[in-house]
Amino acid sequence: MPNMKATWKEVSPGGVVHEAGNSVEYITGGWRTLRPLRDTEQCTHCMICWINCPDSAIIVENSKVVGFDYDHCKGCGICANVCPVKIKKPHSYTGEMGSVIQMVPETELE
Amino acid sequence: MAKSNITAMHGAHAVAHAMKQINPDLLAAYPITPQTAIVQTFSQYVADGVVDTEFVPVESEHAAMSCCVGASAAGGRVMTATAANGLALMWEIVYIAASMRLPIVMSVVNRALSAPLNIHCDHSDSMGARDAGWIQIYAENAQEAYDNTIQAIRIAEHPDLLTPVMSMQDGFITGHGVERVEIVDDQAVRDFVGTYKPAHTLLDVDNPATYGAWAFYDFYFEHKRQQSDALSKAIPIIREIGAEYGKLTGRTYGLLDTYEMEDAEMAIIVLSSAAGTARATVRGLREKGVKIGLVKPRVFRPFPTEELTDVLQNVSAVGVMDRAIAFGSMNGCGPLFLDICAALFATGKHNTKVVDYIFGLGGRDLVPAHIEQIAKDLQSIASTGEVKQLVNYLGLRE
Repeated sequence: MPNMKATWKEVSPGGVVHEAGNSVEYITGGWRTLRPLRDTEQCTHCMICWINCPDSAIIVENSKVVGFDYDHCKGCGICANVCPVKIKKPHSYTGEMGSVIQMVPETELE
Repeated sequence: MAKSNITAMHGAHAVAHAMKQINPDLLAAYPITPQTAIVQTFSQYVADGVVDTEFVPVESEHAAMSCCVGASAAGGRVMTATAANGLALMWEIVYIAASMRLPIVMSVVNRALSAPLNIHCDHSDSMGARDAGWIQIYAENAQEAYDNTIQAIRIAEHPDLLTPVMSMQDGFITGHGVERVEIVDDQAVRDFVGTYKPAHTLLDVDNPATYGAWAFYDFYFEHKRQQSDALSKAIPIIREIGAEYGKLTGRTYGLLDTYEMEDAEMAIIVLSSAAGTARATVRGLREKGVKIGLVKPRVFRPFPTEELTDVLQNVSAVGVMDRAIAFGSMNGCGPLFLDICAALFATGKHNTKVVDYIFGLGGRDLVPAHIEQIAKDLQSIASTGEVKQLVNYLGLRE
């Protein structure tokens, strides 16, 4: 984790970042106004959302979608838009029909 | 002292010769008068196989500096050369090179910026880049242009600095004027510049790093403060390297060159080749008993505030000569004048009267009579304490 309190004497000269891949430490999920929510029971783990997410924010473990990386998800809604699975019963969170992933305004969430 | 060889060379050739001896890893440049003589000569060295340099004949100066930034980040010793509109086209990347702390050395053969289109000398090009974060060194003659190029490598690559250096000489006056130049032995130059060993590089795959990342309101400010601090450390480093070069060649370099300043009551301050004309005129005035001296700043960035104010402490009237206009500044004065005024005011020397003389724009000749006119004005200011005109023009049809 970069030292967010680094003084001007401590920051890296020339702004060179020496820790490879540390952009994961930079929390950008705060930009989001809509949050993707997934009906875990009706999800078929087809990975279409994982392929299409521009921010690598779909978390997959052992070939199964296990959730979203909300520290980096910007709420763009691509996952909900590309989700091909038409659910057979109302969505576990929204109660609406439609696809497995649905977008919900952050203001309606705790 | 190292062996040396005295030869006749023009200033641009002298710089190309220094580049040959330095043998950088990469040189990227686009030709522009009067810098062309440097790159053209150097490209011949590349074609003849006397240097190992990767020469990149880019499509523009913007590309030249971009290429230098990439190569320098990759750990190479990198050089370029430009002038006038070429430097202006580099603008964006000139700032980036300094901010990324890449020790690139750029030779600038000073030329007037358009418009009107002009190929002759003034300092509007490099003076425009004075806030870009580069170290700026100005040469009076071909010898200094050669010596400064070699020292610039060591200054830029100093681990406490890692800041690019712009090394200037006057277009045509110095750049194309053949002079006596003492060329240091090849091996002595190689030993002096040594090998560039960067602490980290872009191509070190075992230690991957990101160059040119972003920093917002949470980090940008700290980076800029750190960059400014690095430049402030340059003064003693430039002096140390100038002294070491003196041991090697007999030509010691500091931050300023002074002439007849010990008991001077009046002083003329001027950069680059015009200092030669001023020195000769001051010598003549001294013979007539006029207590006048000359100060030639060699380093303009970082500004040698302490050294300049020290040398001016017993002077009552100062004539600053500017080969550029800082458009829209106080009375349309020049950049050197602004910094001298600020330095004198901030160090409490409020009683020193300072006047500015804009001269030599677009290659307009400077003659001894102009310097005599300054001396006459300064004598009047020193005796009456009255400045009639803050900004004056030499050789201008009025």
